[in-house]
Amino acid sequence: AEVEETLKRIQAHKGVIATIVVNAEGIPIRTTLDNSTTVQYAGLLHQLTMKARSTVRDIDPQNELTFLRIRSKKHEIMVAPDKEYLLIVIQNPCE
Amino acid sequence: IGHPEIFPLVFTTKTQEIFNCRVDEDVTEENCFKLIKKEDIIQDLKTRATISDFHPVKKVVLEYPGEELLVVFDAKFQYGQNFYFVASEEAKENLLKPPETAEEKDDDKEEENREETLEVHPYKPPVHKPWVSLGSEKEVEEESVKDTVTKIKYMVSRVRRKFGAPITFTDKNASHVKDSYVECTSYQDKTFSIKMLEKDVGVQMVPKVREASTQTKWTYPKNAATQYFPRQLSNEEKEESLSSEKLKEFLTSVHLRMEIALQQNEIMNAFFDDWKALAEDESSSGGKPDVYLKAYQSFTDLRYLKDRTISCICWHPTIYGIIAVSARVWLSYEEQVNLSDKSLLQQSVILFWSFFDPIHPQLMLECPEDIYCFQFSPSDPNIIAGGCINGQVVLWDISQHEEKLQNAKTVADGIKVTAVNMVNASILNILQYIYMSPSLMQVQQSSTEPPLVRYCAVSSIQNSHKKPVTDIHWLPDYFEDNRMGATFENRAEICVQLVTCSPDCSILFWDIPATKLPEQPSSEKVKEEEIFCMPPDVPDTFKHLDLCWKPLIKINLHKSDTNTEYSPVRISLKELHYHYKTSEKVLSLNTLEVPAKDNPYTEMSTPSSKNLKVLENISTDFFVGTEDGEIVYSNWKMEIDSDSAKPHTQKYTIHTETINTLQRSPFFKDIVLSVGGRNFAIWKEGVTNGPILQTSCSAGRYTAGQWSLTRPGVFFIGRDDGNIDIWDLLRKTHEPSHFQNISESTITFISPWIASPKQHFLAVSDDLGVLHVLEICQTLGHPSRNEHANVLDYFEREVKYLKYCEQEFQEYQEFQ
Repeated sequence: AEVEETLKRIQAHKGVIATIVVNAEGIPIRTTLDNSTTVQYAGLLHQLTMKARSTVRDIDPQNELTFLRIRSKKHEIMVAPDKEYLLIVIQNPCE
Repeated sequence: IGHPEIFPLVFTTKTQEIFNCRVDEDVTEENCFKLIKKEDIIQDLKTRATISDFHPVKKVVLEYPGEELLVVFDAKFQYGQNFYFVASEEAKENLLKPPETAEEKDDDKEEENREETLEVHPYKPPVHKPWVSLGSEKEVEEESVKDTVTKIKYMVSRVRRKFGAPITFTDKNASHVKDSYVECTSYQDKTFSIKMLEKDVGVQMVPKVREASTQTKWTYPKNAATQYFPRQLSNEEKEESLSSEKLKEFLTSVHLRMEIALQQNEIMNAFFDDWKALAEDESSSGGKPDVYLKAYQSFTDLRYLKDRTISCICWHPTIYGIIAVSARVWLSYEEQVNLSDKSLLQQSVILFWSFFDPIHPQLMLECPEDIYCFQFSPSDPNIIAGGCINGQVVLWDISQHEEKLQNAKTVADGIKVTAVNMVNASILNILQYIYMSPSLMQVQQSSTEPPLVRYCAVSSIQNSHKKPVTDIHWLPDYFEDNRMGATFENRAEICVQLVTCSPDCSILFWDIPATKLPEQPSSEKVKEEEIFCMPPDVPDTFKHLDLCWKPLIKINLHKSDTNTEYSPVRISLKELHYHYKTSEKVLSLNTLEVPAKDNPYTEMSTPSSKNLKVLENISTDFFVGTEDGEIVYSNWKMEIDSDSAKPHTQKYTIHTETINTLQRSPFFKDIVLSVGGRNFAIWKEGVTNGPILQTSCSAGRYTAGQWSLTRPGVFFIGRDDGNIDIWDLLRKTHEPSHFQNISESTITFISPWIASPKQHFLAVSDDLGVLHVLEICQTLGHPSRNEHANVLDYFEREVKYLKYCEQEFQEYQEFQ
């Protein structure tokens, strides 16, 4: 329904390689990649997001994490955290 | 001191007698109080005046309000003298009474202590008393800092009339002064030498550092392993969470942020460092080396290469430092025509040289005739195919000598191998009497001779070319042709097919079949004899082909308009792009694994041709360079429809003499370099108007050409005066960017090679039979950053320019 539509819209952006939706425990709910890769991404990025969130909170308790972007040589991983879910998008900023 | 009412007095004996306070008689220690009337004291004062004991306290006595004054005998000299005089009534009362009350108080206190009752003293607010100096103000005064010397004040004034007066400046030449520098120097003034006697210094305490260490208990480490698998949700759970409201809310709140981030990336790459990108291009064209091609080694052999010219050079594809050279006798034109009259006095060979031994060749391949060209098989470097001067195709198998080539270090190694050959030689000596062909094994008996390898198979003379085979190539291993010319996939994945061309106007495709061909019994017998007579140390890999090898397909190149034919000298197939399998890895020089299995060619079995896939996308077009200097572009696939029996061809005439090089660029599959006569040209497949680049006639003749293996826009051209021209298309397109003289005679063949990522070699051979190996310097070997894209750009621009020119020409013609 709407969920599908939003995810499709994000997936249709230029250069997007994969989209993953992860729940609060780090278990992927919805993905466009194969299972093993998804599970790997979900586990690692979930931990990293927790760490980033706690870092931001420690520095300023009134602050909170809104977005996390990891830029690497080959592509960019973007994580949008929320209270219960995590949206991970991998994009190739192609030149 | 202390009590202002107490005045210590000295009573002399006379005074004591007068006032009846004689010591130890009237006044004792217990009874120390004596009351004296005031009048008596005044009388005494009058009578005795200054010698009276009361004289110091005369004023106090006169002011005393009461009648009687108290004098106390001070036995213990408490106040400094033996008597003291109390000046006030209250003090008198206190002194008379408190000793009594004090005694009583002490008794009371003792009683109280026994009873242990708390006595609460009523709170008495402090009573304001006048400040009693106890001497502290003196200390304060001592510590305070005061000026010991009054400060000096100076007042400087100037005469009023001098203010505002016009000022005249004068010039002084700075150079007249020493060092061209004027300053007010500082000097030591003797009047102001103050010696520092005392200094105020601050001191800070620092805690002392002490080292301490502890040791924890060391329990020996144990390996522990856990195995885990990730938690996953079942499909129903996934469905459930996907349809939950929370997910919807989450996505609505999050997707906006995500889209902004995605769009940011699409707009521009924020991390692209333009400055750095600019810098890399510049650094490559920076320092120019003096010599682009450094002489590395040169090889020549006086015995086998005397009066010969080198016709072809080939690097060994896998073993580092091995290069093979084929030589042929330099013949004049008449002699070439009358080949049959020529008798070879000396055997023609292919020599294998190694970098480590520049004097002795490592291996020699015996050839039936002079070899014009040869190639290593890409799938198995031990198989070599060569084309002879009489039109035959020859095959060699050097797998026995592979190890020797790998270990080709010093001459000492050669001794081991020749021991084996000695054994063979003894057997052969017996055979020699039976077999009439000249035995060349005698040559091997001395230890400095390189081993000679006989050829395994020669094609049948009737079915070969009629003229010298000028070009030979192995077809790549992913397809093979059948008799009809259709391409099939090659299951065996080894190179099994050859293509040769010759000026007798034909191109032949040869096939190396796996098993023996079915033969007539009679010819079999003949063959058996021949096979039997072959020396036993020749591998029998291609025994079945020897002297009966026939080509698979024969293509006659007819000219489309006239009834004559083309005479191809060089051929270049589109699909000829194969890379030797280990050419890109860094070769470990002496530890190449010898393959455990035998020569793959012996294990081949004919696949059933029914199941082979027909490959549609293999291009069957090819370029041919002819003896007359024409470039022909044609297709070998036979057309199914019969009306166009001749294949579609294109012909270009630019060169005036025989084409000696036709080579595809290793980077661009459709770019071809053709060298012939006094000019050379670059062609693009598909562009039919003409060459993309064509040089003007040059003074000398171009005799050889090759693309560089590492840089897309660089190629090497050899000339007849022994120079190598290095052309760089990105620098200059009208003349070579660099040229270098290599030898005195004509360059006959050039072959570049990448031996290791740091070492790029260029092998150049000349007419005198000398092989020069040069090292290509780094700037010439390593491409700059966007070189591939730039060269591609250049070619596209040239194509566009060509099209534009043609359009203009057409318009001009129409206008006419």
